[in-house]
Amino acid sequence: MKVTLKIKRFNPEADQKPHWESYPVEVEPTERLLDALHQVKWFQDGTLALRRSCAHGICGSDTMRINGGNRLACKVLMQDIVKDGGTVTVEPMLGLKVIKDLIVDLEPFFAHYRSVMPYVVNDEALPEDGRERLQSPEARERFDQGTKCILCAACTTACPSFWSNSTYVGPAAIVQAHRFIFDDRDRATDERLAVLNEQFGVWRCRTVFNCTEACPRDIPVTQLIGEVKRALATGRVE
Amino acid sequence: MTQHHQFEAVIVGAGGAGLMAALHAARSAKVAVISKLYPTRSHTGTAQGGIAAALANMEEDHWEWHMYDTVKGGDYLVDQDAAEILAREAIEAVIELEHMGLPFDRTPDGRIEQRRFGGHTAEHGKRPVMRACKSADRTGHMILQTLFQNCVKQQVTFFDEYFVADLILEDNVCRGVVAMDIASGEMHVFHAKAVMLATGGFGRMFKVTSNAHSLTGDPVAAAYRRGVPLEDMEFFQFHPTGIYRMGILLSEAARGEGGVFINGQGERFMERYAPTMKDLASRDVCSRCIYLEVKAGRGIGGKDYVYLDIRPETINRYKSAPGGRTVTAHELETKLPDIIEMMRIYQGVEPMREPVPIQPTAHYAMGGIPTDSSGRVRANEGPGFVTGLFAAGESACVSVHGANRLGTNSLVDLVVFGRRGGRAMARFCQQAAFAPLPADPQAAVVAELERIRANTGQEKAGALRAEMQAIMMDNVSVFRDAGLISAAQAKVRELKERFAHVQIDDKGRRFNTDLLEAFELGCLLDLADVTASSALARTESRGAHSREDYPQRDDANWLKHTFAFAGQPSGAGLAMGEVRLAYRPVVVTKFEPKERVY
Repeated sequence: MKVTLKIKRFNPEADQKPHWESYPVEVEPTERLLDALHQVKWFQDGTLALRRSCAHGICGSDTMRINGGNRLACKVLMQDIVKDGGTVTVEPMLGLKVIKDLIVDLEPFFAHYRSVMPYVVNDEALPEDGRERLQSPEARERFDQGTKCILCAACTTACPSFWSNSTYVGPAAIVQAHRFIFDDRDRATDERLAVLNEQFGVWRCRTVFNCTEACPRDIPVTQLIGEVKRALATGRVE
Repeated sequence: MTQHHQFEAVIVGAGGAGLMAALHAARSAKVAVISKLYPTRSHTGTAQGGIAAALANMEEDHWEWHMYDTVKGGDYLVDQDAAEILAREAIEAVIELEHMGLPFDRTPDGRIEQRRFGGHTAEHGKRPVMRACKSADRTGHMILQTLFQNCVKQQVTFFDEYFVADLILEDNVCRGVVAMDIASGEMHVFHAKAVMLATGGFGRMFKVTSNAHSLTGDPVAAAYRRGVPLEDMEFFQFHPTGIYRMGILLSEAARGEGGVFINGQGERFMERYAPTMKDLASRDVCSRCIYLEVKAGRGIGGKDYVYLDIRPETINRYKSAPGGRTVTAHELETKLPDIIEMMRIYQGVEPMREPVPIQPTAHYAMGGIPTDSSGRVRANEGPGFVTGLFAAGESACVSVHGANRLGTNSLVDLVVFGRRGGRAMARFCQQAAFAPLPADPQAAVVAELERIRANTGQEKAGALRAEMQAIMMDNVSVFRDAGLISAAQAKVRELKERFAHVQIDDKGRRFNTDLLEAFELGCLLDLADVTASSALARTESRGAHSREDYPQRDDANWLKHTFAFAGQPSGAGLAMGEVRLAYRPVVVTKFEPKERVY
């Protein structure tokens, strides 16, 4: 099929402000948008800048705003976003500074991630037999959803609260916190909940559900945020 | 302007091996981890099915059995002292990951749950064994996340999105690396006592591959250009179940849970080739069988692919699930959520109702930078080492995978030898001083990058890359012969000549991936040359290296590792001239080579 990619370009080395450029490409309907972007980069205009790596939806590098919504360019097929002769719009994620074209500065995103203590804390003695700590399948299942997160930033940069104030810790960091708060091997629940109870913590969430819609891993982000809110309100983690 | 840094230990690559090494080295040394990606983007994260360790949580198992399977799986090219370490230390390494917080699946009594995987057997090949520890079908993702989480906890220093383009290596002593900060285009010199290369594979030399776009082997090529040998590069694993035409991997876990191969005549053909292990024979065997079925006209509709069938009705008809029990769609969806989603998204099939078109995909480099079991890099085929240089993970060759790696053993390799390498670096840093830097250590790389940036030739890197990938896929993949390999070698050398005329569009500094992709192509061309040259010389068939003109394994002449050296080590530019080959004997301890049957 023949389609047009309309891409928002911005190179601070050369441009005063962002502008749109259109590229005609011929692709198979079953090709990924990433394949179409590569066609542009490799054979039409090598100056186009984007991040990508695994190309099948696991590494989380190529989040971008595609036809107005956050998606991974490697996890959408052309046939699902455009008809023959149509146009696809591609922009960088919102809410983070653009470094060049589709590449944004992720440091604020990872700073929020680090702020929620994203690791298991447990200083108790290890099992004497030298083996694994025991955990029931039910206890393991309790925090399963959050373990799917690939830190692609699709949720956080789809959130209106984050757009209005990037001091907000954001849905991705809350999902990460949830993964440890509800892991019964962890012992730092109170410290982590205290971080999320601060002014720019979990209460900035307005339950808009943009994050859940944006998540390429089908994590029920809004639900997990709700569970953290409930833990704070009731003082119980269950 | 070039910026200068000094760290006792510099680790290049932030996947499983690099992060594991960092966690252990950082206990006593000042460490920096440099990666061209954000650490969580590393390709370890895409590993699906599991990490092997003879925990015996499900049934009787022993590390000796794991060692045997590894040696046999590698078609006896494995160094058995290293395979013993792999199988023994897998157990404590997996327990260490659990203690770090890794969310393994659990048995009803709370232990780590395990599943079957290709080539892993009980009692030296008698039956499949449940040895792969797992977190659904995203085990690699959980390992990468857990290791990164622990690096955050330990406050390891990272240089994210820095591209390492050269090693500072003089008089057989490694003194650091030269890198570009991709965001600014600025050059950085890292002065170090010890450098570890843990940069993963280079499967992007092939057209159909499961490998990330970033897997271009840049620091491996840099080491080669600085005179470091590369070991066993002719052995490249083609995984049998790549999504047709795209190469995206569908884990062997699908067959561990009961999935089977079906040809164009509706036959479960692996029963013919591997009567005991059937669809769970090792990967090189399954990939060859698929090629043979296609060649005999028994592909689907006579085409170049077969089916992977994981429909519950199929699994139950063949009683191919573990223990021959009955499975349901719900159970499969729980155990294989990610790969079932990939089948739906990328292939557009409903795997609970239809079989999935698959073909072998370039997956894993058994070869790489030669090391001992502490990660120390060998300087030659004899007893010598490069002072201050270490390697681990897929970029290294210990050699525990020999001629063919078993499924799940890559993750074992990362954590076992990442850990050992990290500890060895820390010990080295305690007794070593900083070797002095040469004047302008960045000069060669800056000259090469500026040459590419300023070039006005008529070649495009994208076109050259496509030609390389096509010829390597057609001529140096599952089946090879002298004519095919020679043609590929000649083509690669022609492409090396044409590489001198590559012109890029982006002349800027900031995030210039046009420039870096051209540089990466040069690295791949060197590694493709080594792969073809090593393959041409080895006149036998062993593991993943199948020569139609030499169909038998030849232990009398070829029970030895290939060591390839650059004809003219040339610094940052392409290595031109003939590849020089030497050989090193295989270490055999417990298991004498014998015929390999599954």
